[in-house]
Amino acid sequence: MNIIVVGGGKLGSTITEYLSAEGHDVVVIDTNANVVEELVNTFDVIGVVGNGASYPVLTEAGADKAYLIITATPSDELNILCCMLAKRMGTRHAIARVRDPEYSQQLDFMRSEFGLSMMVNPEYEAANEISRMLRFPSAMKIESFSKGRAELAEIMIGKENPLAGMPLHSLAQHFKAKVLICAVERDEQLFIPTGNFVLQEGDKIHIISSRSEISSFLKQLGIYKQRVKSVIIIGGGKIAYYLAKHLSDIGMSIKIVEIDEKRCEELSEEIPKATIICGDGSDQNLLTEIGIDSTDACVALTGIDEENIILSIYAVYRCVDKVITKINRSSFVKIFNAINGESVVSPKEITANRIIRYVRAKQNSTGSNVQTLYKIVNNQAEAVEFIATEDLSFLGKPIKTLNFKKDLLIACITRGSKVIIPRGDDYIEAGDSVIIVTSNQYLDDLENILQ
Amino acid sequence: MNYRMVFYTVGRMLKVEAALLVLPLITAFIYGDSTIFSFLLTIAIIVAFSMTLTYKKPENKNLFSKEGLVIVALAWLLMSVFGALPFYISGSIPSFVDALFETVSGFTTTGATVLSSPESMAKSILFWRSFTHWIGGMGVLVFVLAIFPQSDTHSMYLMRAEVPGPKVGKLVSKIKLTARILYLIYICLTIIETIFLLCGGMSFYDALLHSFSTAGTGGFSTRDAGIAAFDSVYIKVVISIFMMLFGINFNIFYYIIIGKFLQAVKDRELLVYFGIITASTLIIALNITPLYSSFSSAALDSYFQVTSIVTTTGFGGVCYDVWPAFSQAILILLMFCGSCAGSTCGGIKIVRVIIIVKAAMRELKRMVTPRSVSAVKLNDKPVEKEVVNGVGTFMLVYICVFAASFLAVCAFGADITTSFGAVTSCMNNVGPALGDIGSSGLYNTQALGTKIVLIFDMLAGRLELFPMLVLFSPSTWFKK
Repeated sequence: MNIIVVGGGKLGSTITEYLSAEGHDVVVIDTNANVVEELVNTFDVIGVVGNGASYPVLTEAGADKAYLIITATPSDELNILCCMLAKRMGTRHAIARVRDPEYSQQLDFMRSEFGLSMMVNPEYEAANEISRMLRFPSAMKIESFSKGRAELAEIMIGKENPLAGMPLHSLAQHFKAKVLICAVERDEQLFIPTGNFVLQEGDKIHIISSRSEISSFLKQLGIYKQRVKSVIIIGGGKIAYYLAKHLSDIGMSIKIVEIDEKRCEELSEEIPKATIICGDGSDQNLLTEIGIDSTDACVALTGIDEENIILSIYAVYRCVDKVITKINRSSFVKIFNAINGESVVSPKEITANRIIRYVRAKQNSTGSNVQTLYKIVNNQAEAVEFIATEDLSFLGKPIKTLNFKKDLLIACITRGSKVIIPRGDDYIEAGDSVIIVTSNQYLDDLENILQ
Repeated sequence: MNYRMVFYTVGRMLKVEAALLVLPLITAFIYGDSTIFSFLLTIAIIVAFSMTLTYKKPENKNLFSKEGLVIVALAWLLMSVFGALPFYISGSIPSFVDALFETVSGFTTTGATVLSSPESMAKSILFWRSFTHWIGGMGVLVFVLAIFPQSDTHSMYLMRAEVPGPKVGKLVSKIKLTARILYLIYICLTIIETIFLLCGGMSFYDALLHSFSTAGTGGFSTRDAGIAAFDSVYIKVVISIFMMLFGINFNIFYYIIIGKFLQAVKDRELLVYFGIITASTLIIALNITPLYSSFSSAALDSYFQVTSIVTTTGFGGVCYDVWPAFSQAILILLMFCGSCAGSTCGGIKIVRVIIIVKAAMRELKRMVTPRSVSAVKLNDKPVEKEVVNGVGTFMLVYICVFAASFLAVCAFGADITTSFGAVTSCMNNVGPALGDIGSSGLYNTQALGTKIVLIFDMLAGRLELFPMLVLFSPSTWFKK
C-alpha cells in the first residue's frame, strides 16, 4: 500500500519503521531535511522535505494515488489540515494525531465531519494503559482482547516463585487455574514454549486467560497484589491529566507533583479531587513529605526518560508496591527491563500498534479481520486477535489435526462469554474470536496460520 | 565495524559474479573455444570462496555509512581479482597484473587495454572482456539489491556508495524496485542498440559486444582499429547517439516513461549536458576542418569523439593525436567534466561542475557585498548546504588523489604528457589518453608500477574516491 507519513518525530519515525518493515511503500514528509535524511538512510522509504499541508509537497509525495495518510506533526490543527487536503486530493484514508485535551471531547464529531478514518491521541491511550496496569498491579503489563473478556498479562518469575524449574506440562497438576503461558522472554530472547519447556527464575512469562482465572492463578503462586488505592503521579503533563481524571472517577486517591506553578493551577481546576503539589518531583524530601513510603503506586510521567528511570529506581528502593515508568526511547526500555521487572509505558508504541492494526485490517478486508494486535517481548512476537468467518477452511476441525506454522500458538478462543484455553480436541467455530501468538510477523489473515 | 555483515554481503555479490560468468562459458561452448576449462575453474574458485564468506548468516544486520563504503570498495576489488582469473588461467594475458588491469579497466568502464590485437583472442574471452563493462556500468551491488530478497534496512548506504553523483535519490520508495527499474531501463536500451547495430550490417556477436561497451560507457572493441574497422557512417552515428543516451541520468528515462516529460526535459543538468556536447562538437569541427576533405566529415568525427570522451566511453576509431592542440585540450577538459550523475559514466559529473561554479559565483558576490545572502539553486530548488560542502570536499580530494597519482606515474618513468594523460584518463574512466598511449588507449608498454597506480585510480574514479580511501585507511580496520 502507498502510505504517506507526515512528521518524522517520535511517533512518525516509529510508524515509518513498522510500516516499511511490513513491506508498504512509505513516503515521509517533514520540514526538517536532516530528519528526512536520517529516515531515508535507515529505512526503505523515500522522503519529501516541506510542509505536509502544502499542495505541491503533497503532490510530490503522491497524495493523489496514496491509500493512507498518517499525520503526526507537533500541531493538531496542521495534522487535521494535512488529512483533509490529502483526502480531497485523492488519498483514500486519513489518520490524524490530535492530542490537545481541549479537543478530546469532540474527537468523534471531528472525525466523522472531516471524513477521517481515525484520530489517535497517544497520551490518552497511554493513560488508559496505565490505568489498566494500576487496576491489575500484579502484572508488569496487561493487554485485553475481545472487549476485555480475555487478557494477556506479563509476569516476571522472581525468587522463590514455585514456577521456577517447572516444565509446562505439569502446570495443570499443580495449579487449578486454566491459564496458558504463551510466550517466554529469557535474556532478551523470545521462546514460544511447548509442553517440555522448563521455566527458570528471571524469565518473563506472558499468561493468557480471563481476568478471574489469571487472578486465581497468581493467588496460588503467592504473587497477587492487592488493588491500588493511592497513587503518586510525578509530572503533570497530558498523560497525567487523562490518568488522574480516569482514576479519580473510580475513587483512587491521587497526588500529582508538578514543578510549573501555572500548570498546577490548571490541573487543580480540571481535576478537583486530586491533590496537586507544586514542587520538584526529583526532590527526595518532597517525596518523603507527601508520603512515598505509604503510597501503593508511583507513576513517573515527566518529559525526560532519564528522570523517569531514576525516579522509578528510587521508588522501588523506597518499597513502593507498583511502579510505572514512561519511557519513549525503545533502547532505554530494554536497559530498564534488564535491571528491574517493573512496568513500562511508551505512548508512541501504543499508538503505532493501533495504526498497524488498522493498516493490517484494511489490507485484508475480505478474510478474517485483525481485531486487536499487540507487539510483545521487545517487538519479537505479536499477539493478534481475529474473528473467524464462515469461509475459514478449518472450521470445526480439532486443533491437533491441523498443521500450524512454526513458532505459532493458538493461545485462546473466546466463544460468546466463554474463554477457552484450547487443547488438542478443541476446534474453531465461525464467530469465535481467536488469539494467535506468533513470532512470524505480518500475519494478516487467520487462514495463513497453517503451513 | 560489522565485519560479519560486510563479508556476508561481499560473498553474496561474488556469487552473482559466478552466475554471470556462466554467460561467457556458454559463449565458449558455442564457439568451441579452448577456454571452457578456465571459466569452469574460475567459477569453482569463486563459489568456494564465497561459500566460506556466506556460510553463516550474520545476526547483526546493521549497516552504516562506513560499512557501506567498505563493502562497495572490497566488493569491487575482489570482483576484479576473480574476474581477472579467466584471462590469466587461459593464458590470454600471461601476466596477472596485466590481467587485473584489463579486468579493472572493464568493470570500471574505463576501456584502457593491454591487448594490442583483440582479434587474436578467443571469442569467449572477448565476450567476458566486454561483458565486464556492462556489469560494471550500472554496478553490481545495485544488481544484488535488485534480485536478493529485501532483508536488511540501511541498504541505502550501499546504493549511495556505488551509484555515481553527489546526491542519490530513489525513484520509488522501495530500494529493490528502484534497482529493478534502473536495470530494466539499462537492459532495454542495450537491446535496442544491439538491434540498431545489427541493421547496420554488424554480426550479432560484434553488435552485442559493442552494445555492452556503449551501455557501460566503457570502450572495449572487438577490433584493434575500434569502430573504424567497420568503416560505416551509420554505425558511427548509431554508437555516438547511444553513447550520448547512456550519459543521461537514468531517472530522466524513468520520468519520461511515467509521463512526466516536461519535468524530465527541464532538468538543468540535462540541458547543460546537451549544450556542452553541441558547443564542443562545433568548435572542434571548425578547428579540424583543414585536416578533412569536407566540413561534414569533420563534424561527424568531431561528434563521435566528443560523445565518446564526454560520456567517458573512449571508443577508438578516430585518431585525434594529429588534431590541433586546441581540440585536444577541449577533449581533456571534457574527460574531467564527464556526463550526468546517475548515468553509467565516470568523471567529475556535470551536476558537480554546475554546483561548484554556482557556489564560486556566490562567494565572488559575497566578496563585493559581504552581507549578501543567497542560496545555490538547482532546478529552482535550493541545494542543501551539506551537498555544496560535499561537492567542495570531493573536488579537493579529487585534486589530491590526482596529484599523488601523477607524481607516482612520473616516478615510474613515463614522460610528463603521457603521465598526465594516463592519470586523467584512468581517474575519469575514459581510456584513450595522450602521448605514448594516445587515442588507441593501449597501456601495454607502461611500467608495472604505473599499471598498479592506474588500477587504483580507475577503481577510485569509478567509486568516486571515498570508498577506496576508506578501505585503505588503517583506522577502518584497527581499533585504536
